[in-house]
Amino acid sequence: MGRGGSRATGAAAPPWHALPDEVWEHAFSFLPTAADRGAAAGACSSWLRAERRSRHHLAVANCYAAAPRDAIERFPAVRAAEVKGKPHFADFGLVPPAWGGAAAPWIAAAADGWPLLEELSFKRMVVTDECLEMIAASFRNFQVLRLVSCDGFSTAGLAAIAAGCRQLRELDLQENEIEDCSIHWLSLFPESFTSLVTLNFSCLDGEVNITVLERLVTRCRNLKTLKLNNAIPLDKLASLLQKAPQLVELGTGKFSADYHPDLFAKLEVAFGGCKSLRKLSGAWDAVPDYLPAFYCVCDGLTSLNLSYATVRGPELIKFISRCKNLQQLWVMDLIEDLGLAVVASSCSKLQELRVFPSDHFGLGVLTERGLVDVSASCPMLESVLYFCRRMTNEALITIAKNRPNFTCFRLCILEPHTPDYITQHPLDAGFSAIVESCKGLRRLSISGLLTDLVFRSIGAHADRLEMLSIAFAGNSDLGLNYILSGCKSLKKLEIRDCPFGDKPLLANAAKLETMRSLWMSSCLLTLGACRQLARKMPHLSVEIMNDPGWSCPLDSLPDESPVEKLYVYRTIAGPRSDTPSYVQIV
Amino acid sequence: MEAATDVENLKATELRLGLPGTEEGPQKAAVPTPPSTPRAGSKRALAGGEEAKKPAAAAAPPAAKAQVVGWPPVRSYRKSCFQASSKSKAAAPAAPQKEETAAAAGGLFVKVSMDGAPYLRKIDLKMYKGYRELREALEAMFLCFSGGAADGAAAVNPSDFAVTYEDKDGDLMLVGDVPFEMFISTCKRLRIMKGSEARGLGGATRE
Repeated sequence: MGRGGSRATGAAAPPWHALPDEVWEHAFSFLPTAADRGAAAGACSSWLRAERRSRHHLAVANCYAAAPRDAIERFPAVRAAEVKGKPHFADFGLVPPAWGGAAAPWIAAAADGWPLLEELSFKRMVVTDECLEMIAASFRNFQVLRLVSCDGFSTAGLAAIAAGCRQLRELDLQENEIEDCSIHWLSLFPESFTSLVTLNFSCLDGEVNITVLERLVTRCRNLKTLKLNNAIPLDKLASLLQKAPQLVELGTGKFSADYHPDLFAKLEVAFGGCKSLRKLSGAWDAVPDYLPAFYCVCDGLTSLNLSYATVRGPELIKFISRCKNLQQLWVMDLIEDLGLAVVASSCSKLQELRVFPSDHFGLGVLTERGLVDVSASCPMLESVLYFCRRMTNEALITIAKNRPNFTCFRLCILEPHTPDYITQHPLDAGFSAIVESCKGLRRLSISGLLTDLVFRSIGAHADRLEMLSIAFAGNSDLGLNYILSGCKSLKKLEIRDCPFGDKPLLANAAKLETMRSLWMSSCLLTLGACRQLARKMPHLSVEIMNDPGWSCPLDSLPDESPVEKLYVYRTIAGPRSDTPSYVQIV
Repeated sequence: MEAATDVENLKATELRLGLPGTEEGPQKAAVPTPPSTPRAGSKRALAGGEEAKKPAAAAAPPAAKAQVVGWPPVRSYRKSCFQASSKSKAAAPAAPQKEETAAAAGGLFVKVSMDGAPYLRKIDLKMYKGYRELREALEAMFLCFSGGAADGAAAVNPSDFAVTYEDKDGDLMLVGDVPFEMFISTCKRLRIMKGSEARGLGGATRE
């Protein structure tokens, strides 16, 4: 690039590399993603300086990838931080308790280095009451707290937040395990407190003081999102809605009572007043007779989450079919194929469909028909999570042809190793069609009977794939080798119960450093290979997990010892020091 | 857990779900799992070739469908929600359905496994008024398997058994510590432990 050089004509514009940082900071504010900013920061030292000092939002996808203090030192101006802890399979109980993922070090470091922090979001981490107390005490401008799939805290911690965070706008608690200390934490929001925009306490199991809630809802005129727990009776729901008709997002909680025409009328009127309602969830024990109370909001709904609702039958289907503008639908498989056919014909704007199993020990309710119908008739459908009992290659091929725009495809046939139920062949051809057709696929979960062939297709074609989940699939090391030597964009790989061994892991060790993490459980790994991997790749943390209660020092075990659970992730922080006795870092 | 040595001893006499001749082989975990929670997936993986020829699971499940840990891939939070709601009365009229979903209609069916037994049973916890009735029912149910102990114990000796349960946190608890009502609300499945693990824990004094 041009150097200012020796041409001393005073009116020359400054060379680009001498522009002040503020100009670059302003330029970088237009970069849409953190990845873009990261790339810019790598260009030269002045860009690095400008970028890091102006970064306001930081997403730490693995809390052990970097030390909290390092993150804070590198990005001193962060206002919003998001940190994730345990591996994804922790959601399914595969990670033993006390594995790690404590939020405390992050909060402590943030209290020191980010006093102006406004937003904190934790996912799959251990958040204690002390953590919440520290948040309330350390950040005078704190506005947003979002906790997803966390545990370790109680209503006492929530009380600290309510009492201490005077500027709080959002308190969003999603699927956490919260201990109920019978503290009336809601009462601790001061009377002068009116700034709440989002309040989600749906996962809280415990009584709520309705009067206090009503007063809170009444005085927070900007409240847009309200998600209730199961302690709010139906008639109180109606009253709350009348106090907050401006709601955009509502979680009804239970939505169950014996049918009474007066109550129904009250609900109808209440919903009738909610002209801005776009997202609806809850309806957990919904009685079909009450569903028509929702009818007046159906037209405006863009998101419907009935994934915890056990209601079924024609009333359910009638209700959903009236939601013509639905973009996101989460529902239980109680809807059945027939119901999905109705969804297909009614909800042409559907972008995301998730169907959850109602019976976790059963074989599943849905067949391939439901998914085929929806993918045929919903042109904007790009994200699917589907639990079913059977599938065919032909159906998958049809789906792939209909919907090349899938970005997320997660299929779970409930019984492991289930083949194409008509031909009895493995489902290799079907999933191959998916990855070949859906060039933008970023997330994939496969199931059913699958051989190494499907992995050859995935490795070769899934160029944009970032996350892959595999269970009970494959025949040999070849399968894993195909994945690790292909899949250019792979970030997260999680595998359970597959016959994959040491060779592909060692042969593709370098690939692991380009990925965020790898989980392998119940495969054919040996300790020796893990030791080799750790020696070869110093920037990887190689964690081995035994069953808790069986802590025996790894050093004493021979190389041939089988490894039940392996979690490998790249890190610049070195081995963590908070491992429980059954987790050992090789 | 001491169960490991018992697993080794019982292996010869154990009836398992795999096809004859299949061994757990290289897929065995670093820690041998007790037979009551077999990693059924691994057995099927070995038998995968043969099983693929059978008609897929369109018929009712076999008598003892072993539950695989962490499967289906559904959040623990979701699983525990539906364990809790299976006790509340169902709002919708129950359509004719499989035994598992009958739980929503008012029963509280939990699986009962016994170490060394070839298959599991299911019982409705709501049918019992207290711990004594429950224990009697369990003893009656599993009487036939008590003779399978490798050490050749002739009669059913109650102190050789301990009835344990898995609570909603996933912990293994001894049955009898908490009031029966509380037990029912937190019990997810039952497991009858035998042999050295159980000695001293069981016994008639527990009520």
